[in-house]
Amino acid sequence: MDRFKRTPISEQDPKERAKNFKEVCLGYTKEEAMREASRCLNCKKPGCVPNCPVAINIPKFISYVKEGDFESAAKVIAESSSLPAVCGRVCPQETQCEKNCVLGIKGEAIAIGKLERFVADWSREHDINTSKPLPYNGKKVAVIGSGPSGLSCAGDLAKLGYKVKIFEALHEPGGVLVYGIPEFRLPKDTVVKHEIDNLRKLGVDIETDVIIGKTITIDELLNGGGYDAVFVGSGAGLPKFMNIPGENSNGVFSANEILTRNNLMKAFRPEYATPIKIGKKVAVVGGGNVAMDAARTALRLGGEAHIVYRRSLEELPARTEEVHHAKEEGVIFDLLTNPVEIIADEKGWVKGMKCIRMKLGEPDESGRRKPVEIKGSEFLMDVDTVIMALGTSPNPLIPSTTKGLETNKRNCIIAQEDTGLTTKDKVYAGGDAVTGSATVILAMAAGRKAAAAIHERLSKEK
Amino acid sequence: MFKIAEKKLLAPDIYLMKVEAPRIAKTAKPGQFVIVITDERGERIPLTICDYDSKTGLVAIVVQAVGSSTKEMVKLNEGDSLRDFVGPLGNPSELANMDIEALKKEKIMFVAGGVGAAPVYPQLKYLHGLGIDADVIVGSKSKNYMILEDEMRAVSGNFYPATDDGSYGFKGLVTNLLEDLIKNKGKKYDRVVTIGPMIMMKFVCKLTKKYGIKTIVSLNSIMVDGTGMCGACRVTVGGKTRFTCVEGPEFDGHLVDFDEAMRRQTIYKSEEAVKLHRQNDPQEKGCFCKIDLGGVK
Repeated sequence: MDRFKRTPISEQDPKERAKNFKEVCLGYTKEEAMREASRCLNCKKPGCVPNCPVAINIPKFISYVKEGDFESAAKVIAESSSLPAVCGRVCPQETQCEKNCVLGIKGEAIAIGKLERFVADWSREHDINTSKPLPYNGKKVAVIGSGPSGLSCAGDLAKLGYKVKIFEALHEPGGVLVYGIPEFRLPKDTVVKHEIDNLRKLGVDIETDVIIGKTITIDELLNGGGYDAVFVGSGAGLPKFMNIPGENSNGVFSANEILTRNNLMKAFRPEYATPIKIGKKVAVVGGGNVAMDAARTALRLGGEAHIVYRRSLEELPARTEEVHHAKEEGVIFDLLTNPVEIIADEKGWVKGMKCIRMKLGEPDESGRRKPVEIKGSEFLMDVDTVIMALGTSPNPLIPSTTKGLETNKRNCIIAQEDTGLTTKDKVYAGGDAVTGSATVILAMAAGRKAAAAIHERLSKEK
Repeated sequence: MFKIAEKKLLAPDIYLMKVEAPRIAKTAKPGQFVIVITDERGERIPLTICDYDSKTGLVAIVVQAVGSSTKEMVKLNEGDSLRDFVGPLGNPSELANMDIEALKKEKIMFVAGGVGAAPVYPQLKYLHGLGIDADVIVGSKSKNYMILEDEMRAVSGNFYPATDDGSYGFKGLVTNLLEDLIKNKGKKYDRVVTIGPMIMMKFVCKLTKKYGIKTIVSLNSIMVDGTGMCGACRVTVGGKTRFTCVEGPEFDGHLVDFDEAMRRQTIYKSEEAVKLHRQNDPQEKGCFCKIDLGGVK
């Protein structure tokens, strides 16, 4: 065995998968996982752990995998992470745990994410119970939003003996895991549903169709609602647009709309009532994971999909794996290109997109080289659908209806980094609602920190 | 699940449903809407709230069975349940937030078209509760399509019916009637609130602009979540893009780009035609060879 080479993982054939919504990566078999785990050097001072936002004891769980003791591996992961099957699939491991793997210096880093996924899937298939809740301690906590931060906060508190109720605005729990991330990266009926069922098993109550700030307010929950604390994990759900001419033409959508129609409303399945409209040639504007998701969704729905991004390949914020998968499936990358106007036909439908070529200038505040327009380089892209994937910002609904809950200029809720405590007493917040759109793992970490802080505080009250 | 406590046929294909939703019944205000899902595979359908009662916990909606999803919804009967019923969404009507004394000084006219009468009713009722009786024009195809007449008469000042075929009240468009009242009958209004089909609101606004009367419209844009997430409902108001679901549904009618708004309502027209065809002819599931749907992609 070559210690510097990763054990290959099987994936659906790109040509095949470009036509279906089944999961792309098929995961390791038992033998493959053990073989990959045996590459781990079990470093005394591991480079991986400090780069994991929830500090999973990675060498320890991998050493159990090496021995074939997957149940113990699952228990090690469960000490730090509440959503391993999700994080093993969608975490940007290449910039986190796998980045400083010592094997990465000479060869390929250990496939930590793929091993985490294997352990989580194995433990789901074998119905392994990784935790037992403590008896009810008489305290109640309300969690707003059932995305990654809310789920992990609720899970931790339930294990500590709290009565937890999650309020979800949409009709299905899961937040971005359900409405945002597509089926082909994160299967809903198996992986996401299982995580939610697990929470229910811990005694967490989930009520859908409740919009906090509209149906009921935070103040009502705290005063008279019987809750001792509230955690806000309402995410960052508001789409951004470019504000260029023609953007309201028929055929221009936000990535959120396309993904919500397809993932949450299941528009790709003909027996579901919600429609979706993808033309023959689709431009997805943006370069993040959401842009990749939208492009790959458009492709699966029968369109020719283009990623239109103003910087170059190196600056693409999307995960390398997603970019790689998108390319394999046939997504076309139009880089150093920026839209300036959307052209509509006489009936108001998109018939083209005027773009300008860009070049990279000096580095900007983000450290990336700033894209600069090349004068006179405008050209017309022949497209009939445009999807804007430019990022999202937090929904102002909760702060605007909660006295004393302050936000910053970007509409993000102000919360202490180590505890999640907001400017309002007994109200904690975490995840994208605090940071603006980020990753599942960071949201999960924030949910866990807030759970610890809530416990710290409420366990002192008698 | 949200139980349908009462169902009443108001006009051909138009039903009133009173739904058990105590939290919404307690917090709803005039002008707001709910999102309703009929069953597991259903769409999220935005519907304006017609009435609410915090004592009974019931919220009334009016559904016109025009699309495939609304046709599914009206198949449900009293005692059946809707899968989801979410709200109250959108901002309350501007009237509901105004200073009562200032409101009392205004002469208000409501112009409703078709099922637009449903969201007009709670606003009339709210004003009536403050001792203000606003005038109202209700337009419909013909007499048997006129809904909630008795309810509205009980809480309004002058009630002016208008029908396309002249079978009841004024024969003609609501705009003709409104102009007749202003021009020939010496009526003066400080504010017009109009709710109904986009095309009707567009022409009401055109008319009131001519007479310099402030006009509020309530838009029924396409939505998915109804909480600001998808942006399907975007509309241009005064040159700026606004989201109907969270920044509306009411806007200053004189600033709304109605042509764009009407165009955006047609986005899923061809998909809808396919669904309706399937619904009407279940044997032909998946086969569209016999029909000409024009422009179906």
